[in-house]
Amino acid sequence: MSISQMRNRFLLIEKRKLTQKLGFTGLGLAAFITVLPIVLVVAYVFWKGWPAISYTFFTEMPQDGMRAGGILPAIVGTLWLTIGTAIISVPLGLGAAIYLSEYAPENRWTRTIRIAIINLAGIPSVVYGLFGLGLFVLFLRFGTSILAGSLTLAIMTLPVIISTAEEALRAVPSSFRVVSISLGGTQWQTIQRIVLPQALPGILTGIILGLERAAGETAPILFTVAAFFLPQLPSSIFDATMALPYHLFVISTQVPGMPIQIQYGTAAVLLSFVLSMNTIATIIRSRARAKRQW
Amino acid sequence: MLRTLNRLNDLADVVQLSGQIWIDGENVLDPGTDTIALRRKVGIVFARPVVLPMTIRQNLTYGLELAGNKNRTFLNETVERSLKAAALWDEVNDRLDDPAVSLSGGQQQRLCLARVLALEPEIILLDEPTSGLDPISTGKVEATLEELTSRYTIVLVPHSVQQAARVSDYAAFFLGGELIEYAPGKQLFTNPQDKRTEDYVEGRFG
Amino acid sequence: MEEIHWSEFVITRLIKAAGYSAILIVSLIFIFLLREGSPALIEIPLPTIFSERWYPIEDYFGMLPLIGGSIVVTLGAALIAMPLGISTAIFISEIAPRWAREILKPMVEVLAGLPSVLLGFLGILVVAPIVRETLNLPTGLTALTGALLLGAISLPTIVSVAEDALDAVPKTYRDASLALGATHWQTIWRVTLPAARSGVLTAVMLGIGRAIGETMTVMMVTGNAPILPQGLSALVKPIRTMTATIAAEMGEVANGSVHYHALFLIGITLFVISLIVNLAAASVVFRQRKRAERILS
Repeated sequence: MSISQMRNRFLLIEKRKLTQKLGFTGLGLAAFITVLPIVLVVAYVFWKGWPAISYTFFTEMPQDGMRAGGILPAIVGTLWLTIGTAIISVPLGLGAAIYLSEYAPENRWTRTIRIAIINLAGIPSVVYGLFGLGLFVLFLRFGTSILAGSLTLAIMTLPVIISTAEEALRAVPSSFRVVSISLGGTQWQTIQRIVLPQALPGILTGIILGLERAAGETAPILFTVAAFFLPQLPSSIFDATMALPYHLFVISTQVPGMPIQIQYGTAAVLLSFVLSMNTIATIIRSRARAKRQW
Repeated sequence: MLRTLNRLNDLADVVQLSGQIWIDGENVLDPGTDTIALRRKVGIVFARPVVLPMTIRQNLTYGLELAGNKNRTFLNETVERSLKAAALWDEVNDRLDDPAVSLSGGQQQRLCLARVLALEPEIILLDEPTSGLDPISTGKVEATLEELTSRYTIVLVPHSVQQAARVSDYAAFFLGGELIEYAPGKQLFTNPQDKRTEDYVEGRFG
Repeated sequence: MEEIHWSEFVITRLIKAAGYSAILIVSLIFIFLLREGSPALIEIPLPTIFSERWYPIEDYFGMLPLIGGSIVVTLGAALIAMPLGISTAIFISEIAPRWAREILKPMVEVLAGLPSVLLGFLGILVVAPIVRETLNLPTGLTALTGALLLGAISLPTIVSVAEDALDAVPKTYRDASLALGATHWQTIWRVTLPAARSGVLTAVMLGIGRAIGETMTVMMVTGNAPILPQGLSALVKPIRTMTATIAAEMGEVANGSVHYHALFLIGITLFVISLIVNLAAASVVFRQRKRAERILS
């Protein structure tokens, strides 16, 4: 090999190193750009919303055309809706996940179920709103009510719960199932005593992430439950209710002369609601990962 | 083969079966067989020890609780009896409520055996029970098995020809899913009738 | 024993019913959208539907401006989110050290959980003014503003799906490439990324699907003007999407009116679009996925 060949070779290697360095920097920068706004959004909303937060902000009804007072009915409404959604979507979603992971044979029907779930996951939230309006509000005559809203949100949440729960169930080693069956267990006993407890953290994470989405959604509740303003709290599942995300929409676009502080305060409450659910999910997942025995 | 004897093959998707298996006058492969009862009667221990993700005690009582047995004293007695039978009692009697995964490999395998014994089966199937173990643990497990033969029918798929010769009363040689020869252990290993058995025993293939 | 068999039977049936409910629900959604939306096809002449004017008060139900609005915003969002999302996924899965990954992944999840109404709110108060001032526009509520925010909304989908795809590439591929003297960077471009190609494609499709369906954010920040977008300048003008139209007008229409049916017709269109996008994405995944080996031990 001549000197110039070696020199060329050396330059080529240097060039490759440089390309790699530039490339990695670029990718890192992209990741930074992706993440930075999240930090900014969270910090900014809490910083601007903080002055509005007080005890009465959580416990009082809105006053003066919502330009003063608290946001109690919106908070209560979102709690109602989140709980209602959970009551409907958790058993249904978990059941479907167990079916797909433990029982379903590999056939055309199972594939159809999977395709249905994939489609559910992709349907725009506002279309869920239309569906809820058509089926629950009008056809079944539930009216604009917590019941109709919860059902709509629950159906929207289903695919999230099903797919995360199924993944968690499948992650349980199949040898546990075989041993349990070999000791004379029925299939349901095996699921109940071995598979479900082992998959529980993953299932919980999925449920919380699904409910987090439901709690923050506006479009599905627009025509099924959300009220612009109500002077009292809902007293049954057939009442309409205010809700945090819809309230934020209303006070940021529909009410002229709205004090900016209350807007940011409401945004901060909504954000902390969603963030705390997210945090709980993250904690459950990482703790389970650390404790896992397989 | 072993998984067929207690119908664990039902869990696998595609298995081609022909022939019959008779245990106590019942055809195991009959679709009408109560597989739950069958599996209680015919216990199995796998090649790799699989302890359930629970405590040592719970592993042992699991099968009985599935059958609806809730009597505390009976369960505790069973735990002691089966651990003693599997020669594990002395090593673990002070930490029955520790997670079973904290045991060593050999201990886990004997726990799996004890777990089967807790159900008082009639037949115990062993699928290369020592393949994952070191020679010392293997010795312990084999010694345990030796004692158990007086009370249970044991079907063992050996880890090696040597092991088979060491522990068997009767031996059967399968090739490609087909039964080639079945004879008392001594005879099969010292004086096989079939050419293929002879080749295998003498290590010409395998 | 009898009791166990009986309850086992009931529970198994319930679980099976829950599994099949997914099919039932999708069918119900389709049926009810059709039921409420199909009359529009009779009540409104077809040429009107494909006209350029949406002005329901005077019975103009031209859907082209709304479809155009959706396309402009979605394409804009895809142009922003695609490079950023894929790069971030590569960074997380191939380059980032463990500690960085532990920070980045939860962050992306937080972004996925941010309510769209919150992003719309910040869009009005923060992003729109910035867009207006930098580009010197009469209003900041434009297609561009919507695209920026939609980009952020579709990012988490793209990042997480693409990252899964990259993770699924066997480590042996990378080792083989590195062993042949390729740099880490060359390995990513010539081996890992091509191997994960279909998964990355799925990620982009699902991200686009997410963007088309997004409602609250676009309704709040795109200015809500149902004008057919034409040329590049449409980016800096107000537009209106299909989703925003439904959300903004459904509250005010009488049930059973032509306008009501027309809004459901838009819903059907959205449903069909999401169906196509997701089936396409899924078919890529299905082809890829090896059937999980779940046989005994």
